[in-house]
Amino acid sequence: MQMKIRELGVIMAYGEKVLDHYENPRNVGSFENTDNVGTGMVGAPACGDVMKLQIKVSDEGIIEDAVFKTYGCGSAIASSSLLTEWVKGKTLDEAQAIKNTQIAEELALPPVKIHCSVLAEDAINAAIADYKQKKA
Amino acid sequence: MSEQATDIISTERPIYLDYSATTPMDERVVAEMLKYMGPESSFGNPASRSHSFGWTAEAAVETARKNVADLVGANPKEIIFTSGATESDNLAIKGVAHFNHKRGKHIVTCKTEHKAVLDSCRQLEREGYEVTYLDPMQNGLVDLKVLEDALRDDTILVSIMHVNNEIGVIQDIEAIGNICRARKIIFHVDAAQSAGKVEINLEELPVDLMSFSGHKIYGPKGIGALYVQRKPRVRLEAQMHGGGHERGMRSGTLATHQIVGMGEAFRIAKEEMVEENARLLKLRNKLYDGVSDMEEVYVNGDIDQRIAGNINISFNYVEGESLLMALKELAISSGSACTSASLEPSYVLRALGRNDELAHSSIRFTMGRYTTEEEIDRTIKYVRTAVEKLRDLSPLWDMYKDGIDIDSIEWAAH
Amino acid sequence: MAVYLDNNATTALDEEVLEAMLPYMGQVAGNPSSVHRFGRLQKSAIEQARESVAQLAGARADQVIFTSGGTESNNLLLHGFCNSLSNDLSNDMRRQIDKQGGDTRIAISAIEHMSLLEPAQHIMQKTAFDVDVIAVDEAGYITSSAVTQVMTEQTSLISVMSANNETGVIQDLSPLITLAKENNCFFHTDASQAAGKIPLDFTASGVHAMTFSAHKLYGPVGAGALILDKQLPITKLQFGGSQENNLRAGTENVPAIVGFGKAAELALSNLRDRSSHSLGLRDALERGLKEFSAVTVFAQTTNRLPNTVQFGVAGFSGETLLMQLDRKAIAVSSGSACTSEKTEPSHVLKAMNIPDELANSAIRVSFGKNNTMSDVDAFITALNDIIEINRHSAVMMAASV
Repeated sequence: MQMKIRELGVIMAYGEKVLDHYENPRNVGSFENTDNVGTGMVGAPACGDVMKLQIKVSDEGIIEDAVFKTYGCGSAIASSSLLTEWVKGKTLDEAQAIKNTQIAEELALPPVKIHCSVLAEDAINAAIADYKQKKA
Repeated sequence: MSEQATDIISTERPIYLDYSATTPMDERVVAEMLKYMGPESSFGNPASRSHSFGWTAEAAVETARKNVADLVGANPKEIIFTSGATESDNLAIKGVAHFNHKRGKHIVTCKTEHKAVLDSCRQLEREGYEVTYLDPMQNGLVDLKVLEDALRDDTILVSIMHVNNEIGVIQDIEAIGNICRARKIIFHVDAAQSAGKVEINLEELPVDLMSFSGHKIYGPKGIGALYVQRKPRVRLEAQMHGGGHERGMRSGTLATHQIVGMGEAFRIAKEEMVEENARLLKLRNKLYDGVSDMEEVYVNGDIDQRIAGNINISFNYVEGESLLMALKELAISSGSACTSASLEPSYVLRALGRNDELAHSSIRFTMGRYTTEEEIDRTIKYVRTAVEKLRDLSPLWDMYKDGIDIDSIEWAAH
Repeated sequence: MAVYLDNNATTALDEEVLEAMLPYMGQVAGNPSSVHRFGRLQKSAIEQARESVAQLAGARADQVIFTSGGTESNNLLLHGFCNSLSNDLSNDMRRQIDKQGGDTRIAISAIEHMSLLEPAQHIMQKTAFDVDVIAVDEAGYITSSAVTQVMTEQTSLISVMSANNETGVIQDLSPLITLAKENNCFFHTDASQAAGKIPLDFTASGVHAMTFSAHKLYGPVGAGALILDKQLPITKLQFGGSQENNLRAGTENVPAIVGFGKAAELALSNLRDRSSHSLGLRDALERGLKEFSAVTVFAQTTNRLPNTVQFGVAGFSGETLLMQLDRKAIAVSSGSACTSEKTEPSHVLKAMNIPDELANSAIRVSFGKNNTMSDVDAFITALNDIIEINRHSAVMMAASV
């Protein structure tokens, strides 16, 4: 019976992994805007979510570190938190290959929250584009 | 099922601050209802005129009708029982419109009304009626001048709620009613959120129709009432047919126990309203004082013309849904319960001219009969912690702190 | 305690049902639309009840729309169907239904409950739809040929109840449903009286809509359902929220719905026992009634609900009989409670061509699970006393003249 209530109360509504990332978000923060940092800011306050994702890239083109700040629902926070974990250690191309569906699947996002994973994908792409522009 | 129900209360014990969505039933109400439930009780179909089972039920219904009428200064004969305030609103609005369509097909209401009123009006629009949806002032109140300007020769009905479910503001229904009376326009008031919280005397108020709910006033769900003035008589077309119960205005077997419960709830409210309001006002002020010293905190709706148990606050740069999630110890809502499953910002706050961010960041706290001071103390602590945590996560908060005007940024819509 | 023999009007709430409802009365607050746990708990209780009601109906849970009762279900069906056709002219369904471009027609049987007859009348007067009334034969049956008689190319909905509340006659719906299908016509049945008394199978029967009422099967007053196949288009009757699959706005009556679910569950598991219990009482009553020469049982040879007997007592007015029985602490009715305020003969009996005088003397006895053989005896004794006293006073009157 206890399980049933937990299902009802939390898991069914948000998903266990969303909750974990929401309660213990990974890699929250900001980088100074130096040459090896790429920043992506996507979304809009009017839509209820804004995601800022930053990557620190090594000379070899590897993402050494990533941080985020997100204004948005629990799923948006979890999507960006998860993404910072995933991109660390990856090359830019590898990071760019991450698809929103993978994020949605990992977090078990319900259909109404799929847009949060789309936003996260947009954020990493924007950060990479910003970095490349700086280097170009 | 009972196991589940007790479990959730005893093991998790969240603080219930959602009294405008629904109230728990008062145990005195339950006790009255139980007299009419079960094989040993006075059950019976009140429409059965042929035996004492039916008569007992009918007598109980009439006592309840009187209790409901007494709280609002009406004659019991003016009270029609329905399945809830939604049905009352539908019956009043569509019923008046259908009955009076030859006089005119124009209706005036306000953008901050409950969905039961707005959606009834939308249906009438589909049927060829014309509806004017007034913009309220920034404090949530209807501008009487704007209302007057909206009235036309073919206006047959004005529907304005007494107390708003989200922001708790109290409309001046006396003034609005007088404007309507002067032009012989029928005036309907949705009082689901005001009965038992604001003094209502229909004997003197220029109101023709008024909707009430059972479950917003510590009574049962599934029961409501519509006040239909008798002198001068307001006529409307029934929406449900079959049997001609409730003076032909609402057919269907009456749920005796639910009516009895609603009656008892109204009786108790009449007795305890004044004292209760004073207590709630203290709690509300305490809650507000406890959080208002944080930066960028805004109250939505007029703070004075407002019921004691409601405070609706926007915590800028924090998104409402994540705030709800962070405040899992509290049972609260962001926007009204009927729409909070969707992700749209509250239409009520938008109608006040609040920008989308502030609308997205709003939380409604509604207190009631069982709210304690200790619960408010804990609430303050939880809210402060959650808002601080989420602001630390918020890129918008950073920008605000850096002095960047968020409106100056070109956001890509998605 | 008086003897209650009016179970077709309403039944006493079952103890077990009440117990299931209590946790949702008082202790737990919560609006099922709220996202917080109080709300979600209420929501899950509703869904559990939906499952139980679906099982009793032989339908899927997603086909169950909870309403405030049988009256609302019937109104939702009729008004909702007509509104959906007139609201949404671009609807594909409309084109499908609008066959020859003529006015859409609805056919309902003459013995339906007022909650179908009255909205039908309203629809006739206020909309472009026409309503045809299907005749009933003297045995209380709606036959295929009666349906054929009123059916036209424009008929788009047929409604015939599963079992009649007054006579208890159980309709043989399957040939009527077949007929409807052949004519591309939707079929609705009001099963308020049948549910819990005879087996039902929404899916297998092929009906498109079915009406249920909780308080006719030991559930609470204030809850009902419309079981709906999505092929049949309806729009909501009550606006202001997207509850019940966007077909019935308004905060759900959670305790009543929970009670309805429990009552449905009990009705299904006890169906056979309750039926045979009622049938035993009914047979005993009918044996007793045979002794009265003035008594005519209506539709006696027809397939009827196991709990219902309606009969006339020649030379008496039903009203007087009811009053005198009530004085002897026996609660019965003449027909449906909703019309018992009026003294006109029952529309059901009239439609069956029962002479007015006999119809005016009608008494309906409807048994329930709480009745016993001694209730039957009490009824027979009381009826006997009343008939005797009246005969006696009639003799005295005659003598004094």
